[in-house]
Amino acid sequence: MSEIAILNLPASRGANTNATPVPLIPDADRKPLTKKEISADHPTWCPGCGDFSVLALYFKLIEKRKMHHEKITTVAGIGCSSRFPYFVQAHGAHYIHGRALPFASGVSLSRPDLHVFVFGGDGDAFSIGGNHFTHTARKNVKLTYVVMDNSVYGLTKNQTSPTSPIGFKSKTDVWGAKDQPINPLKQAIAAGATFVARTSHTNPNHVLQMMEAAMDHDGFSFIQCLSECVEFYPGAFDTSNPRKGGKYELVPESHDVTDEYAAYKLSENLHPGLFGVFYKNKRATKNANEAEIIADLQGKHAGLEPWQILKKNFDRMK
Amino acid sequence: MSTADDINAAPQISKISEAVIRIAGNSQDGIQAIGGFLARLAGRSEQEVMTFMTIPSTISGGPSIFQVRIGSGEVLSSGDEADLLLAFYDHSYLAHLNSLKPGGIVIYDSDHMKADDISVENLTKYRHLGVPISSLTIEAIGGTGRDKGKNVFALGLLAKMFGLNVPKLHKLLAERFTGKDPKIVETALNAFNAGHNYELITATELFQFKPGENVGQSQVVMSGNEALTFGLIAAGVRFGAGYPITPWSDIMELLRRELPKYGGQFQQCEDEIASISMAIGASWGGGVAVTGSSGPGIALKTEAIGWASMAEMPLIVVDVQRGGPSTGMPTNIEQSDINIACYGGHGDSPRVVIAPASVEDCFYTAIEAVNIARKYSTPVIILSDQGIATRIEAFKEPDLKSLMQDISPDLSPVTDHKPYDLSAPDGITRHIAPGTRVASGKYPVVTGLEHDELGHPTGSGKLHTQMISKRRNKLKKLASEFPVPKIYGPSEGQILLVSWGSAQGPVQEAVKLSREQGHAISAVHVRYITPLPPGLETIFAGFSHVFVVELNDEGFSGVGQLGALIRSHIPDPKIRGITKVDGLTWKVKEIINRALELAK
Repeated sequence: MSEIAILNLPASRGANTNATPVPLIPDADRKPLTKKEISADHPTWCPGCGDFSVLALYFKLIEKRKMHHEKITTVAGIGCSSRFPYFVQAHGAHYIHGRALPFASGVSLSRPDLHVFVFGGDGDAFSIGGNHFTHTARKNVKLTYVVMDNSVYGLTKNQTSPTSPIGFKSKTDVWGAKDQPINPLKQAIAAGATFVARTSHTNPNHVLQMMEAAMDHDGFSFIQCLSECVEFYPGAFDTSNPRKGGKYELVPESHDVTDEYAAYKLSENLHPGLFGVFYKNKRATKNANEAEIIADLQGKHAGLEPWQILKKNFDRMK
Repeated sequence: MSTADDINAAPQISKISEAVIRIAGNSQDGIQAIGGFLARLAGRSEQEVMTFMTIPSTISGGPSIFQVRIGSGEVLSSGDEADLLLAFYDHSYLAHLNSLKPGGIVIYDSDHMKADDISVENLTKYRHLGVPISSLTIEAIGGTGRDKGKNVFALGLLAKMFGLNVPKLHKLLAERFTGKDPKIVETALNAFNAGHNYELITATELFQFKPGENVGQSQVVMSGNEALTFGLIAAGVRFGAGYPITPWSDIMELLRRELPKYGGQFQQCEDEIASISMAIGASWGGGVAVTGSSGPGIALKTEAIGWASMAEMPLIVVDVQRGGPSTGMPTNIEQSDINIACYGGHGDSPRVVIAPASVEDCFYTAIEAVNIARKYSTPVIILSDQGIATRIEAFKEPDLKSLMQDISPDLSPVTDHKPYDLSAPDGITRHIAPGTRVASGKYPVVTGLEHDELGHPTGSGKLHTQMISKRRNKLKKLASEFPVPKIYGPSEGQILLVSWGSAQGPVQEAVKLSREQGHAISAVHVRYITPLPPGLETIFAGFSHVFVVELNDEGFSGVGQLGALIRSHIPDPKIRGITKVDGLTWKVKEIINRALELAK
């Protein structure tokens, strides 16, 4: 055998090498977090950006649901909206472009004690990360994905996005976009998402309502949240904004949210389209399926130490 | 039924200390199974064993070989030339006859090849023995001409010829087929016994191995991919994610089946990028997660490896190398991923790269890699190769009780935490996992943007310089902790051979053989590819020539990939390369001849 440098385990079992006993207020006596306690960096967004409203409502959600700092897990990819984790005073991860979902899935699957929120934009979700959107939805990984859809690439300064409508003029389509845009709701339903909702930054109460419903859903919950880019696509969603003469029309109460085809049909026209929960169904989550496999196999090895389980394999290899 | 004792009583038995047996046929003939039985038997008989196999890249069918080298003493490579060739078809015979030693024995299936087809030249050069393997198998166990069972019949022939321990082989056969229809065990034993009792086998020569030297040691027999997988489990890895690609897939399939037993899981993802991302997410969750791939898949993962380097996230990336570039030669051996493993990625993204040297080393390298990843909060790439991944070796059973680690996350609260603390000694910092309460109320962000000590973005050139230094310095510290590589042979001489990965065995054997022939050749093996271990320059000073032996191209500079990397540290023109890319492992004589030629 060759010389090995480090075969002994580093002294500390866990990550907190410098952990010292900390006098802490018991959970029951902890007060709900205030906006001041939960906000971190001042957002880098342009004044008037729709994303401010989504951030404010995330704070509201944390406050309302009395979530503690350490339980808040915020993950994002790359884009204007994906700067989100820096603005939240909690555990956050700012990952690479388009791959926030598989990163968040790794957290969700390995740490069932946490509810992971993922924030991102339409380019991150439907263009570079399109493949991951499909597969995270079909596997029904338990997490909440809020796509702040502004229908334009903002961070890179005005290129056509996968949700830009036909005719939209950008730096990459100076004569107007020609490609069929993605319909995020249809995409989500077809991929097998178990919670599909739509909201808009212009209606704060509705955003909060959708976030709460998404968080309570046991599975992959997806929210398309219209979020206006005042710099490169001003007025994009005026048709759904009553203050701009538009109409904010809710999904009719008669709609059966478990009816996939009805939900698909309701998603037909998104200009301005409807708002609310389009589809919601119960299907075993990836998390639950894995837990079942683990319980089954651990049951078969009950009473054995981990090294003894491994020893069984080695005994077979003699 | 004859026993091992009967064979001992037979008159014409040559005592041997090692044998190289090459079995050649088609991939569906079950020749890997014979090789596996022979290897496992050697392991149980306290002998050393090393195997070599080829797999066709087609899904079913195609020529395939399995070579086993069994020795009573140290076995360093799978052997240059075979003592015995077992050929199932005329095409196997023709393709592999040149791998046989002059005077070696060839057993061919006379049902598939006529004695008339053998040239006079070959008849004088090698000893031929035609055995109607296919028809005798059918005679013994019935069935159609589908050739099932002829591998076990052939195993019986070999057992007779090499005086192998029959009761142990019976036991191995029974174990292999246990759980299936009891008739299958019976059929297998019948086929084996028919081969073993085949009388004419005594017509050539019988052999008997001298007792093995590893007396009293409990040995395990497995492939490098298996050893690596079990090493990861022993290290405490409980989460992995991957995407299918040869030859990495074995590791992923085994982890998928095994991890749940330990409360862990392995996820098959939609693509390579998703799998590394999922693993990184799980590492942030508090463990050390693994992902892996081969050539093209590693290329896809490089952006995420860069993130792990920047965000200082522990992560294991296994690269079971194969012939490249692009889809390349998927089922052939090559060691051409040093560049992508060490430098793959944009910007300065230091990481650790370790290459195991043998099957046994795969097990320990996995544990070591996990501990380095944790201690230094860094991605570690394990650079395995096809030569180790699929090779079967016997090695001393590790002390699993003392090696098994628990690295589950510690979520106990902390007063304050800076994930990228610049005042940390040697720049070594570690993360707290989400779920950890921080009394100060200041929480960390992990990020791929250049950041301050809390993980918040910065455009400051000063901070960028400090953080880049931090990420570099912690790995320089690691390098200083690596042991100085040991020299194989005297520390002064004419030629020093430098090996890495699976080349260790053949290179050391080349040193042994060439020293017997009077050449002043020594060797040094490099396990730590990045950062390099200390002391290489001093070692090199004792030799007139330093040749880096590796399976990749000499490139524009005339040295291979490790050669170029070493030269960037030690710019000495006496460091040159012995490289090749023919998709085959090194032959010992090939190394010696190339070295002597280059030193002229």
